[in-house]
Amino acid sequence: MTTDRSTLAAGHGRTADAPVLEIDRLTLRLPDDRAARPLLDGVSLTVAPGETVGLVGESGSGKSVACRSVLGLLPARARTSGQVRVAGRDVLTMGRADLAATRAGEVAMVFQDPRASVNPLRRVGDFLTEGLRATGVPAARATARAVELLGAVGIRDPRGALRRRPHEFSGGMLQRVVIAAALAGDPALVVADEPTTALDVTTQAEIIAILTRLQAERGTGLLFVTHDLELAAAICDRVYVMYAGRIVETGPTTGLFDRPRHPYTAGLLSCTPRLDPGAPAPRPIAGRPVSVAEAPPGCAFAARCPYAQPRCTQEVPALTAHGAGLAACHRADEGILP
Amino acid sequence: MTLTAPPAAATALRRRPGLRRLRLLGGQGPLFTAALLLLAALVLVAALAPLLAPYDPEAMDLTASLVGTGGDHLLGTDQSGRDILSRLLYGARTGLLGPLLVVAVSTVLGTGLGVLAGWRGGWADAVLSRSMDLVFAVPGLLLAIMLVAVAGSGMTAPVVAMAVAYTPYVGRLVRGVARQEKARPYIESYRVQGWSGRTICLRHLLPNIAPTVLAQSAMNFGYALMDLAALSFLGFGVQPPTADWGAMINEGQSAIQQGAMLPALAPSFCIVLAVVAFGIVGEGIADRIAKRER
Amino acid sequence: MNGITRYLLGRLAGLLGVLLVTSFVVFATVHLAPGNPVTFLLHGRPATPETVAALRAEHHLDDPVAVQYAGWLGDALRGDFGRSTQYHQDVATLLGTRLGGTFLLVGYSALLVAVGGVGLGVLAALRPGLVDRLVLIGTGIATATPSFVSAIALVSLFSVNLGWFPGPGGTPEGLADRLHHLTLPAVALATTFAGLLARVTRSAMLDELGREHVDVARARGVAGRTVVRRHVLRNGLGPVVTVGGTMLAGLLVTTSIVETAFDVPGLGSLLVQSVTAKDFAVVQAVTLLSVAVFVLVNLAVDLLAPLIDPRLSLLTHGEGTS
Repeated sequence: MTTDRSTLAAGHGRTADAPVLEIDRLTLRLPDDRAARPLLDGVSLTVAPGETVGLVGESGSGKSVACRSVLGLLPARARTSGQVRVAGRDVLTMGRADLAATRAGEVAMVFQDPRASVNPLRRVGDFLTEGLRATGVPAARATARAVELLGAVGIRDPRGALRRRPHEFSGGMLQRVVIAAALAGDPALVVADEPTTALDVTTQAEIIAILTRLQAERGTGLLFVTHDLELAAAICDRVYVMYAGRIVETGPTTGLFDRPRHPYTAGLLSCTPRLDPGAPAPRPIAGRPVSVAEAPPGCAFAARCPYAQPRCTQEVPALTAHGAGLAACHRADEGILP
Repeated sequence: MTLTAPPAAATALRRRPGLRRLRLLGGQGPLFTAALLLLAALVLVAALAPLLAPYDPEAMDLTASLVGTGGDHLLGTDQSGRDILSRLLYGARTGLLGPLLVVAVSTVLGTGLGVLAGWRGGWADAVLSRSMDLVFAVPGLLLAIMLVAVAGSGMTAPVVAMAVAYTPYVGRLVRGVARQEKARPYIESYRVQGWSGRTICLRHLLPNIAPTVLAQSAMNFGYALMDLAALSFLGFGVQPPTADWGAMINEGQSAIQQGAMLPALAPSFCIVLAVVAFGIVGEGIADRIAKRER
Repeated sequence: MNGITRYLLGRLAGLLGVLLVTSFVVFATVHLAPGNPVTFLLHGRPATPETVAALRAEHHLDDPVAVQYAGWLGDALRGDFGRSTQYHQDVATLLGTRLGGTFLLVGYSALLVAVGGVGLGVLAALRPGLVDRLVLIGTGIATATPSFVSAIALVSLFSVNLGWFPGPGGTPEGLADRLHHLTLPAVALATTFAGLLARVTRSAMLDELGREHVDVARARGVAGRTVVRRHVLRNGLGPVVTVGGTMLAGLLVTTSIVETAFDVPGLGSLLVQSVTAKDFAVVQAVTLLSVAVFVLVNLAVDLLAPLIDPRLSLLTHGEGTS
């Protein structure tokens, strides 16, 4: 990955095409007694302004750790190398005040479960204005902004909603509130960590629609973490596939899903149930994901890979260009995948 | 297993702790082991007090009042010239016997009532819970003082009062655990197999509750020791000249004003050490249960 | 009527029931006592049959127990607890003279428990590692130290050795001097309870620190101090208030030990003297007072609970908070 040095030096300089997020060879380790392998191993990822980028993988693949690191939220006693640049500035080496300012402004996050994301004892208005008040916005202006945002996410009677408590909202309504709160600081980047997983099926589509509409209106970059490939295919411009802390394949959505280069991506696709007539029955990937207690040499997916060769369990495959994307597989060019 | 083996489905649903329960007392780290050893030593000292004590704990010698440490008396003497070490050793007997009775009675009663309330539910639960609330309203110390006022000083009134006061704590705990266990699928599976409620309670519910009760009882032992010593300190417990830690502290108060700290501080140290040890053991067992549940 | 009102009324009825039953037990103790109530009233003095009859009449001892209880309870509600046989004084008047000392001691001690216990608990939760371990060890010892042991340890160190505070006894003049005299007793009384409250606070704080909404607040750039105050402290308040409230009744009863150890003239030392002197009217009155405090504190805690956690106002019935 090339780094734009001038952007780095300029600090805040946000030019039209400079990425809003650049994760550059991020490696994150826990102390040896807690994990045998790094939770993240040389992860690189970019999000351009207005772009929707998917990050997919099974649970435990490191996708949640990666997206939390964008806000500088690291697990306890974690050690990192590499950089996570938001609007050109590395959040991992930022001072406390800068980090708080970045979190309140440039980048915001929508978490999985709105019920857990909002303090149950405080009023919804408190939650919405909290981020703005932290940056010194006067109470009256913060409240006006909160009302405007609640309207934008489709909450009726926004003024009344401010005085209500989280338990008076349904999960879907509360996730709208969380999205409104994420947009309060007018961020250049929103990180959404499985924002619909904890919701009813019926409300999932509404939340996605609101999120993508607001993102398009505001030109916000969106890093969308999900385990749902169909969803990723529907809304993302580009997708990164993670396995055991590494990016194993990335590329534009259409190319990646139509012609996967990595057996893991292919496996994920073939175990997604499809509804169209004549579609093959879903086939699960054999074996189980690598736990943090295991550190297999070579390709982490080799043990579950139907195409594995002796080389795969010895050498770690590098992420190299194949067609329009990148894949980390020794046999990516052999046309082994159907 | 001497009875018919439980249905295979039920054992698959939940492995019963069986012999692993005994391991609750091991592998908790050095502090836990040290506390356990200390308590074992305490029991040994109480049992062997007549052999270990260099003097008669009740023999007064007014010519040897408040003799310092070393010399003939390792820990010195109290105001009446009695050997402090001998009194400490004998004091371990009353110090452990009282709490043992309190814990035994409150554990048996509390477990029985708790299982009844948790298992039966309905009116049994309502009646028992309300009566327990009632006992909660009167702290053990107050109940003991009331009983002493009526029945007079001595071991009996304080022990009875504390046993009554501690029962609801065990009962509430057991009731909660019993309700929790009752809702688990393995119990349902036994019921479907036609086992009687009594058999399920005795053979499956109680063994699963036992570690939790053991942890609570260990801590209760320490608290009962503190409470009974407090009553002795007030002069309501074991009567002089019998050696008792609480009473020794009471008698040692005036010696403090004369600059002799040991007659009161030595038994104080024994009480704190014993209660800390019981607390560590109780918490250790509770931690172990919490880890196993996860 | 909404759920919370019905729940609170239920609790109120339950607590009043507790008070009623306890009062009957307190009343009945004298009747259950081995020997005749008259024996206690006579204090072993020889008496003619006429004196005995007069005493029985004066104390309504020939009425049925229920009638006697009703009469006694009615008197008690009007503030008439009978006469103290050891002080030859109305019990109510006697309690009045002793109430101030105990009130000051319990208040002083409750302040120490609240500040020390909550402070140490918060400190331990926010500073994992050495500070947390030290607090755990310290509170472990504190909860294992009965108040009379703290009392003699404090007296031997701060009064006899260092001379900073007065020892047991003495007649202080003015509030400052009284507080000076009450410092060691208040610390002795507070130690066990503060240790316990510190542990409760610590685990409540740790529970709340692990919640996702705390991470969310941090992720939104809210300053660490504000996150702790608005989200962690505020949300961990429930168990702290509940445990702290029930401690108040415990403090009141434990004054009997501390006041005896420090020779403080208060309700606690009065209770102990009255037990020794078989002064039943006083024992009954102090016991009843203590149960009443327990009931009031529990009621206050129940009323506070929905203010602390608004979700509770949705409950139609609950397990209770005590």
